[in-house]
Amino acid sequence: MADLETFRREARAWLEANCPAEMREPVRDESDYCWGGRNPLFKSDAQKAWMERMAARGWTVPDWPREYGGGGLSPAETKVLRQEMAAAGARNPLMSFGISMLGPALLKYGTEAQKKRFLPEIARGEIRWCQGYSEPNAGSDLASVATKCEDRGDHWLVNGQKVWTSYADKADWIFCLVRTDPEAPKHKGISFILFDMRTPGVSTKPILLISGNSPFCETFFDDVKVPKDQVVGEVNKGWDVAKYLLGHEREMISGMGLGGTGESLGAALAERLKDDPILRADVARFDVDAMAFRAMSERFIDELKAGRAHPAQPSIMKYAGTELNKARHELIMAAGGSGALEWESERSKGGKAPREWLRTKANSIEGGTSEIQLGIVAKHILELPGT
Amino acid sequence: MPLYLTDDQAMLRDTAREFMAAEGSIAKQYRKYRDMNCKDGFGHALWKQFGEMGFTGILIDEADGGLGLGHVEAGIVLEEIGRNLTPSPFLVTAVAVVEALRGTRHGERWYPGILAGETVAALAVDEGSKHRPEAIAMTAERSGNGFRLSGRKQFVVQGASADVFVVAADTTDGLTLFSVEKGTKGLEIEGVRLADASIGARLEFDRVEVDADAVIGEVGRGRDVLRRVLNAGRAGAASELVGVGSQAMAMTVDYLKQRKQFGRLIGEFQALQHRAAHLYSELEIARAATLKAQQLLSEDAEEADMMVSVAKAKSGQASALAVQEGVQMHGGIGMTDEYDIGLYMKRDRVLNELFGDASYHADKVARLNGY
Repeated sequence: MADLETFRREARAWLEANCPAEMREPVRDESDYCWGGRNPLFKSDAQKAWMERMAARGWTVPDWPREYGGGGLSPAETKVLRQEMAAAGARNPLMSFGISMLGPALLKYGTEAQKKRFLPEIARGEIRWCQGYSEPNAGSDLASVATKCEDRGDHWLVNGQKVWTSYADKADWIFCLVRTDPEAPKHKGISFILFDMRTPGVSTKPILLISGNSPFCETFFDDVKVPKDQVVGEVNKGWDVAKYLLGHEREMISGMGLGGTGESLGAALAERLKDDPILRADVARFDVDAMAFRAMSERFIDELKAGRAHPAQPSIMKYAGTELNKARHELIMAAGGSGALEWESERSKGGKAPREWLRTKANSIEGGTSEIQLGIVAKHILELPGT
Repeated sequence: MPLYLTDDQAMLRDTAREFMAAEGSIAKQYRKYRDMNCKDGFGHALWKQFGEMGFTGILIDEADGGLGLGHVEAGIVLEEIGRNLTPSPFLVTAVAVVEALRGTRHGERWYPGILAGETVAALAVDEGSKHRPEAIAMTAERSGNGFRLSGRKQFVVQGASADVFVVAADTTDGLTLFSVEKGTKGLEIEGVRLADASIGARLEFDRVEVDADAVIGEVGRGRDVLRRVLNAGRAGAASELVGVGSQAMAMTVDYLKQRKQFGRLIGEFQALQHRAAHLYSELEIARAATLKAQQLLSEDAEEADMMVSVAKAKSGQASALAVQEGVQMHGGIGMTDEYDIGLYMKRDRVLNELFGDASYHADKVARLNGY
């Protein structure tokens, strides 16, 4: 424990010295994040410096092994680092599907060569990934992927279409579920494959959403040639990798239920609640739910690090976290009244409130709908009978 | 501290779970004492066993003969009490009153009896039908060397069988807590059976004379002690609610796996599966919030007040959902006295009111957050 206190002091001092003041301001919207990539777009020098300093220490992925670009920290040290970052108001230096989704799957299922090739690049923010899971008509029935992947001797040949591929138009590489055995039962013929988005035959098209923004794309594969060593895990056993990765995706999405800084919603809206006792009561109940949920997130992370978590726990987190995030934005809209309806004005920062409100409606759909999560809890935790 | 039980705490949980399921079961305790219309509403023999198991000394310092453990451990026992609806003075006597008497001469006087599972102590705070400890009307006037207490209290849990009461009263210079023994002249006690068959007494203080040494802590400075006492009681009640809700859910999920209708197990119906899964998720959130509150309380952390209110509000809501869904999914038999599920609904209602309901605590969370 004394060591942990020493680590805490050192981490605090280092963050104090190295985290630029601008990186301690709360983020305003998704475009404020640093996503890294082959051609990274930094919003400021401070953002670039912060990402690079953290990456140099391995602290973009503090609990990954050092040999793969991580910080080599123990679970307890990682928790302390996160606490100190929160206390300093330090932003997450790098948003990355590589870190939150692909990395853990590569650590578990990747070959040594794959780990050495991809993990350090992910840790340094040099490669931006997108996820090719969903397909048209598949929706939540994820295992019904139809994108064809044929063994052509010296390479794989991929043909098909993905949808809801977040930031596909900005990504360098894709991790993707493809069907390698059309004859096998649907979960048994899937493989997990990685390829460069610059490969000939890959094209993307943004999908405009009700929020007026477009993080999602349609992605098309037309005779895409993929080198043989880019399948992760065994051929036809990609569903195991996909499930493992989904757990991490759900954990990441559920984190949004915490609403960033963790400040009480009521405290943020206090001025507007004064003359509205019923709204105040609704917000107070929301704050109870949000703080209780925060405790469950903490418990889940602690259990995960100690190897004690139930594999279906991310489903509870995803379900509860996304329902909470939707409720948060409903309340923000209600408190904002007609002011929060302005879609394009200086005052409304370009309609931040209504656009975010609309965006959250996708939270309980993407990454597996709330209904899918409840089904997983019913089946794998409560062990209710199947139909 | 990680937010899960340590190995020692898990051992205590296993011990408490086994003990309560064997000795504190609904058939052996709840139904037995209810059906004999017991004036105390609980069995003194079991209370003595609590003493033998060491449960009564969980929050009493080792120097005073207790185990010197914390609120997490008290909560572990209370969750098992909740699962079995075990009628017992544990929450009020061994958690709330023990906290009130900590470090005082009254502790020396009453701890040995509490440790032995012989003494029952009660907390007299509420005056109206809702928990409003901020507005205590009962007065304590100076009189000679002591005080004269006048006023009324209600919802004094186990008040009908208590040997001693911790009483909150207004001494014009602030709030003061007093220790008042049963049998003191002018103190009238009316035991009232509540919806869950427990006894919640009404107390009438008609110019009750007590000595100066009846004061717990300092005159006019009772607010801080009361805050500590209520935090302990609220966190404990939250654990008991989690226990009530968890067992109601377990019974319901079992039922979904056995009951057939329309030629299928009703647990196959997606509508019921999703409601059960939602319920599970709510209880997990409540359980985590409660453990967090108890860890913070044991660390004497600043955020404890807020988290205790979050825990009491959230566990109250989650447990209420569990018992209501439990009765609904059991259908008609859920309404019968013969099946236990309805008993959980009654206990949940009482525990929800105890030490402030979900609305009271949501309001408190709002105030603590400055709105």
